[in-house]
Amino acid sequence: MARAAVSGRLTWRVASVAENRAITASARSLVFDVPGWPGHLPGQHVDVRLTAEDGYSVQRSYSIASAANGDRVELAVQRVADGEVSPYLCDVLNAGDQVELRGPVGGWFVWRATDPAPVLLVAGGSGIAPLMAMIRSRAEQGSRVPFRLVYSVRTPQDVYFADELRQRAREDAGLDVHLVYTREAPEGAPAPKRIGVATLNTHGWPPDFTPNCFVCGPTGFVEAVADILVALGHDPRRVRTERFG
Amino acid sequence: MAIVSPGFSGRRRSSDVQLPPGQYLTEDFPVLTAGPTPRVPTDRWELTISTEAGRKHVWSWQDLTGLPAEKITTDIHCVTKWSKLGTRWKGVSLDVLLEEVETAADFALVQSYGGYTTNLPLEDLLDGQAWIAYRYDDDDITPEHGGPARLLVPHLYFWKSAKWVRGIQLLLEDEPGFWETAGYHDYGDPWREQRYQGD
Repeated sequence: MARAAVSGRLTWRVASVAENRAITASARSLVFDVPGWPGHLPGQHVDVRLTAEDGYSVQRSYSIASAANGDRVELAVQRVADGEVSPYLCDVLNAGDQVELRGPVGGWFVWRATDPAPVLLVAGGSGIAPLMAMIRSRAEQGSRVPFRLVYSVRTPQDVYFADELRQRAREDAGLDVHLVYTREAPEGAPAPKRIGVATLNTHGWPPDFTPNCFVCGPTGFVEAVADILVALGHDPRRVRTERFG
Repeated sequence: MAIVSPGFSGRRRSSDVQLPPGQYLTEDFPVLTAGPTPRVPTDRWELTISTEAGRKHVWSWQDLTGLPAEKITTDIHCVTKWSKLGTRWKGVSLDVLLEEVETAADFALVQSYGGYTTNLPLEDLLDGQAWIAYRYDDDDITPEHGGPARLLVPHLYFWKSAKWVRGIQLLLEDEPGFWETAGYHDYGDPWREQRYQGD
């Protein structure tokens, strides 16, 4: 405990909901005010703790979707129908309500603006959250590191932060965004498919550019993408992964 | 004092299931790995235990699977908060492997194919507490769960049970491993909820 108190990092803090808005039909953006928040690196996560009136409590980890911004922390929470925590976060919490939050946690799946290597982000579904933090941090810090995002979603309605991504793809110089639809593609887009060798060959970086690769999504998705990147010749040590269940 | 979340009641489990604090039950077997899954054929697999004096003890796949093995049924606890009850493994006890190793070391740094490392006190590998496991649920361990062989130390958070184990370096001084240098606890006792540095 003494070390936590000294570093001041990993104590539980009271977080107040500043905003709870829909991102897609099944996911919501929750912005918290966390007084004393020490800041974070893009890619890190927090633990959220809920406590019932009789003292029963549960914890879950969520990736931070926002760039460091004072005392504010944004999470993107996908509602899991039979979940114990996400339906409460999504459907019950209102502005002004409080939960406890601890972090930031994690020092591996993070992007540092001081690293000049190009970046490949590959997201599946809600796996966009920590990668969004990287995209936003890049803009926030005025970084010119070239970023490419390949984002796999089922349908156009499942794109998190769709408007913002569209706008950034236009305005953030050096950021490429490529969407892959697996079930239903919008008018004029190629037929639905999964991310394959050709996708990452065309929309990723060549391995000899020694990019930093960040892959985040469901387990099967991450396994498949990481295998493809290694097969394409990327150094496994430069392929960082985060799996959701 | 904990902040009470109005209207939150949670989903309690039957009281006969004892879980470490902050953990929830899962029926799946989630996969958590920092990078791509290494695939190591058993004819190239090797386990090396090296002592603080630089002495190396090496086992091939045939050596390992020829040793007396045990069947282990145990609960496992991941620092990401899931716990899984009654998992079934088969493997060689570290007591068997360390029997012929002469050492005065107090610490072990476990090394994996793919570059992963994790540290633990040597005594946590002894006395029937740790195994080199090579079967899960009556089957080979799949690569995403650490096959062909992984360390199994069920009394610590599961990141200590290194997948794709390749070596154990015995050390006089503790040396933090991969997650331990990235902010996670040096020891990782789930019952004391030692998740992060400082817990």
